[in-house]
Amino acid sequence: MSDAPALSVEGLSVEFRTRSGTVRALDNVSFSVGKGETIALVGESGSGKSVTAYAVMGILDPAGRVSAGRAMLGSLDLLAASPAKLAEVRGRDIAMIFQNPRTALNPIRTVGKQIADVLMRHGKVSRRDAPERAVDMLRAVGITDPSRRAKAYPFEMSGGMCQRVMIAIALAAKPALLIADEPTTGLDVTTQAVIMDLVNDLAGQMGMATIFITHDLALAGQRSSRIVVMHAGHVVENAPTAELFANPRHPYTAELIAATPDAAASLDELASIPGSLPDLRRANLPPCRYSERCPRRIAACAQPLPHLDVGDGHIVACWNPLPARLENAPKVSAA
Amino acid sequence: MTALLDVAEFSKQFPVGGGPGTWARLKRRFTGGVQTLPKVYAVDDVSFAVDKGETVGLVGESGCGKSTLVRALTRLIDATAGSIKLGDRELALKPARVFARDRDRARIQMVFQDAGESVNPRFTGFDTIADPLRRLRKLRGKALKDRVETVATQCGLPLQLLTRYPHQLSGGQRARVGIARAIAVEPELLVLDEPTAALDVSVQVVILQLLQRLKKEFGMSYLFVSHDLSVVRLLCDRVLVMYLGKIVESGPAGEVFEHPLHPYTQALVAAVPRLHENGHERLRLAGEPRSPIDPDPNVCRFYGRCPRGTDACKTTMPALRIFGNRQVACHFAEEFLPPARMAS
Repeated sequence: MSDAPALSVEGLSVEFRTRSGTVRALDNVSFSVGKGETIALVGESGSGKSVTAYAVMGILDPAGRVSAGRAMLGSLDLLAASPAKLAEVRGRDIAMIFQNPRTALNPIRTVGKQIADVLMRHGKVSRRDAPERAVDMLRAVGITDPSRRAKAYPFEMSGGMCQRVMIAIALAAKPALLIADEPTTGLDVTTQAVIMDLVNDLAGQMGMATIFITHDLALAGQRSSRIVVMHAGHVVENAPTAELFANPRHPYTAELIAATPDAAASLDELASIPGSLPDLRRANLPPCRYSERCPRRIAACAQPLPHLDVGDGHIVACWNPLPARLENAPKVSAA
Repeated sequence: MTALLDVAEFSKQFPVGGGPGTWARLKRRFTGGVQTLPKVYAVDDVSFAVDKGETVGLVGESGCGKSTLVRALTRLIDATAGSIKLGDRELALKPARVFARDRDRARIQMVFQDAGESVNPRFTGFDTIADPLRRLRKLRGKALKDRVETVATQCGLPLQLLTRYPHQLSGGQRARVGIARAIAVEPELLVLDEPTAALDVSVQVVILQLLQRLKKEFGMSYLFVSHDLSVVRLLCDRVLVMYLGKIVESGPAGEVFEHPLHPYTQALVAAVPRLHENGHERLRLAGEPRSPIDPDPNVCRFYGRCPRGTDACKTTMPALRIFGNRQVACHFAEEFLPPARMAS
C-alpha cells in the first residue's frame, strides 16, 4: 500500500431538488480508501451510502446536484471532470457492482457479449479476441462450463451466477477502484459467502481498492479493514474495523452494533434505536443530524459538527463521544 | 404436547414445459394415453409437526421449496400428495379456492415478506386490518371499528395512522399493519414469511420483539420462514432445514446451529457473517444445486455440492434418521454427533 490514496472524497455535499423541497442528502462527507484497501460504507436505508457511490461515479439522478466537495482519483477530480473524461475513466479506472444483477445486466444481450463490450471499450482488446477473453473472464469468476454460459442470457442464470457476471464485467478492464453497492443483498448466505470470497480474492490479486457498501454490519466487519458509518448523510464514525467493534465512540455506532441480532444471546438483549431519520428537507436541520435521537445530547451539539481524531485514524463526529475502552459499550448506551 | 399442525408425507409438484412436443402430446391425448410432463419436485415427501405455542423456524436457500411449503400449509395452493392436519381437521383435501371461505380459514394466518407489496395499495391501514374481520368474522360497524383499533394498539400502531395508505407509512409501520391483519382473526398458527427481510436492523429488532410479545400474550404457534440464521436462532425453539424440497435436518435451534450434523447445515452456519469474529472459516459450497426437475429418487439431493459425497450418496437417498431430539438425512451424520449424545 502506498501513501497516496486510490480515492479521496473531501467535503462531498449532494442535494436533490424535489417538488416538496431540497433534500440535503449528503453533507460534508469525507473519507479515503488506500490502494489495495477494502473499506465498508455502513448505514441504514436513507443514510446516503448509495448516493455517495453514485456521486463519485457521476451517475446521480438528474434531480441531484453536487453542491460542494471533491473526489480525487489520483490527480483527477471526478466531480469536476467532463462527461467525456468520465466515460473514459468509468469502467477503466473505477467500476461498480450493482445491487440487483438481474436488472443491471442487459436482458436482451448474451452475457459473453456484455463482457466483450467492456473489453473492447476499455481493455484494448480487438473485436476478434474479445469473445475468447470474455470466456476467460467467466472462468476467472468461477462459472463452470464458461464457453456455453457465455452464450446465455441473464434470465437463464441464477442470481448468484448473474452477480458473478457483473463482477466479470466490473473487473474486465482491471480497474484501480471497485465500488460494490450491496453486491449480495437478495442472495442466499451460502452464495453470499462465495461471492464475497470472490470479490476479496480478485481485489487482492489485482491490488484493487474496494469500497463495499452494505447495511450488514457483521458482513462489513468480516470483509473490510476500515468501516465508515453513515447516518442521514453524515459520516458519523470512521475507524479500523477491529477498533470500531471493540471501541465504538459515536452513540449511533454503538446502538447499531447493539441492534445486530448476531451479537445477542436472546431477543431481549437486542436494543432498538429510538426515533427515526430526520426529514432531510427541513430548513432547521441541526448540525448533528443524530442529535434529536441521541441519548447523550449536550448543549455543545448545537455547534457545527466536530471531526475528532481519537487516535489510530479513528475519527468520530460527536461532541460527547462514548468513553474509550469500555468492555461493552453497546450495553451501556442501551441502558 | 399435542401437535397443532401435523404435516405428513407432503409433496407438491409443478408440471413444467419442455417435454414431448405438442404433436406428441395431442396424439396421446386423443389416443387416451397418460400425459407425462416433466415435473418440478418443489416439496418432496416432507413430514413435521408444530406444537401448540411453539416457534418453528424454516430455513433454506431460495428455490428450496420453503415458500411452496408455507403457501400450501396456509392453503393458498393445493397439495399434490400428503396430509396437512390442523388439530383434528384434515385440510389437504379441501381445494384452496373453497378453503378461503371455510370456518377454519381464521385458524391459520400468514404475514407476508414485503408488507409494502402484500397489501392492497388502495386500502387504508384500517381497511387492510378490517378485511379479514369482515370476511371471516362478519363484523360490521362499531364492533368492527373496536376490534381493528384493539389489534392496532396491540401491534403498536398509532390509531391516527389507520387512515393512511401503505405508501404513506414507513417500512416498520407497514410491517405492523401486516401483522395486525394476520392476528386480527385470532389465529392459532401464524406463518411468517421473512417478515423482517425488507427492514433495517434497528426496525427489525422492534418487530421481532413485538412478535415475541404477541406470541406470549395470545399463545399462538409460529412457523417462521427466514434465511437469516441469526434471527432464527433468537426467535425459534426448533428449526427445520430444507434443501431442494427435502427436510435435511431438524432439531432445537440452539443445538442445530452449535453442532450442525448435515453438511448443508454446516455450510449454511459457516456462511453467516459474525460480528465479533475475525478470520472466517472457509467452508464453501461449490457449484449450483441439482435440478429439481424429475430428480433421481436414489441420489442424495445434496450430492455434487457436498464436500463429503461418496458412492453411497449416489445410489441411496439418505432417509431422515432420528438422533435423540434431532433428525438428520445424511449417511454420515454419526461422525458429527457430539460425544455426549453418542453415549445416550
